[in-house]
Amino acid sequence: MAAPVIAVDRVVKRFGRSVRALDGLSLQIPEGIIYGLLGPNGAGKTTLIRILATLLPADAGSVRVAGFDVRHDPEAVRARIGLAGQYAAVDDHLTGRENVEMVGRLYGLSRREARSRASTVLDRIGLAEAADRLVRTYSGGMRRRIDLATSLVGRPRVLFLDEPTTGVDPASRRQLWELVRDLVDGGTTVLLTTQYLDEADHLAQRVAVIDHGRLVSEGTAEQLKTRVGTAMVRLSIPDSQHAGATAALRHLASGTVSCDRHGGTLTLPTTDAVTTVRHALQALAAAGITATDVSVDKPTLDDVFLTVTGADPAAVDPATGRAAA
Amino acid sequence: MNSPAIPVHLPGGVRLRRAVTHTMVLTRRNLLANLRLPDVLLLSTIQPITFMLMFLYVFGGAVEAALPPAAHGSYVNWLVPGILAQSAVFGATPTAYGLHNDRNTGVIDRFRSLPMARSAVLAGRTLADLVRSTAILLLQLGVGIVLGFRWQAGLAGLLAAIGLALAFGYACSWVMAALGLAVRNTEAIQAATYMVVFPLTLVSSVFLPTQTMPGWLQAFAAHQPVTAEANAVRVLTLGDAALPPEQTTAGVVVLAVTWTAAVLAVFAPLAVRVYRRSAR
Repeated sequence: MAAPVIAVDRVVKRFGRSVRALDGLSLQIPEGIIYGLLGPNGAGKTTLIRILATLLPADAGSVRVAGFDVRHDPEAVRARIGLAGQYAAVDDHLTGRENVEMVGRLYGLSRREARSRASTVLDRIGLAEAADRLVRTYSGGMRRRIDLATSLVGRPRVLFLDEPTTGVDPASRRQLWELVRDLVDGGTTVLLTTQYLDEADHLAQRVAVIDHGRLVSEGTAEQLKTRVGTAMVRLSIPDSQHAGATAALRHLASGTVSCDRHGGTLTLPTTDAVTTVRHALQALAAAGITATDVSVDKPTLDDVFLTVTGADPAAVDPATGRAAA
Repeated sequence: MNSPAIPVHLPGGVRLRRAVTHTMVLTRRNLLANLRLPDVLLLSTIQPITFMLMFLYVFGGAVEAALPPAAHGSYVNWLVPGILAQSAVFGATPTAYGLHNDRNTGVIDRFRSLPMARSAVLAGRTLADLVRSTAILLLQLGVGIVLGFRWQAGLAGLLAAIGLALAFGYACSWVMAALGLAVRNTEAIQAATYMVVFPLTLVSSVFLPTQTMPGWLQAFAAHQPVTAEANAVRVLTLGDAALPPEQTTAGVVVLAVTWTAAVLAVFAPLAVRVYRRSAR
């Protein structure tokens, strides 16, 4: 593999005495791909992005971005990165174009360059028509796009997207995904944090799952799913019998038996679906429990998440109250 | 693609030019915010004028007889120079709110992730507030002139007085910058700015001579920076007759300039320090 464009080596970040936001995290991100960073709230995703973007110093370990050490050469790193935030950090009282041009000037472009690049970027993200309106009048999805545009005007080699679609409606989300894919075709490496597993599944060539500041799993989405099992057997069981059913089925699963957030469905990861279904139904019958429905499907990243972190991603999500849209 | 916008290590001259360019870019950005929020613009101009009118008509009649001869028996002559000093201090408070908002909305994070001159965020903010203060101060002066204010010491004196007041206001902007970045809560910032601004402007020679205050308060009023600024502005506009007892014109002006330099020397580095640490 070519030298990674982002190299994170045993990074530690503490907040106060007791909180270890990052606890010896190591990651290597190859150039030119979309890399997904998954984890529940408080897992350390945003802390990692802030360290990579030179906003926060690490307490220990080393971090290199685009060939430069973030501690010793932050200026060189800044010239090569773009950052788009959870909440779009754009100026309401400027027009879209003024926002992009201003950031272009701050990247060191001349007035003329900033102007021409802003036009190019605005065209590319589909905001050419709205470019001369105040951002105040933009919809939530448009704000995210203009935020993305400002981070692109410096032609970054590495782009950090911290939860780019949190609180965005599904149509705008698809649009943002398209934009991010186009970027990578242009050679930019994208590091994307998200709470939406389907987002990582759709976009990212590689995915890391982190929890409590540690790397718990890493690979392509397919590899991660295969690690959980090749199939998921889902059984609908009445609520009152969950505990008994879990006990009866535990020895049949290749991983943890999990219960979905709505209750009602137990999921067994397995490598042999047919045998597992047969044995599961027998075990339930022996325990006097009746399943009301049975289904078999491929593991999703949700399953990966549940299995490797022990947390239900939806349960830790609750859209942060900050919903920018 | 992928060519960095700027080279990594810049020589000193280029760095300085870059800092100036970035400061101008951000000053413009901050001024546009003022101009594009018409309600804020309107209210922030009406308020200082209203204050001035209130003081003029509420206090004027009662105190005119007690004024020093330099006022020529007219409170407006005494008040307007004081207001110029006071206005400079009030005009600094938006610096605190501006930086506070920029941090809360993530704008400062974006700036810190850019390959830009670090000094530009604070310099651009304080300079924009200086421009705004200048506009308000000139407006107050204009209204004062309409209401009968007459300067006695020549145009040069008036211009020097304006310069002195604005320089002090600029120094105060750095106090407010440190405050706006150090205090995390919006309401706490408001309380803190009031705590700085009101005692300093009221317990001073801005509105009335300090000689009638009780002794302990007089001691504070006579030796605090806003009094020094108000006295200097008054001497420069009304002439030597406005001097407080046993003081000289040169002495009063030097003291005012010294206060400005001292406030700047303490609070500019402090604000920069707080800014560097202001990672959320």
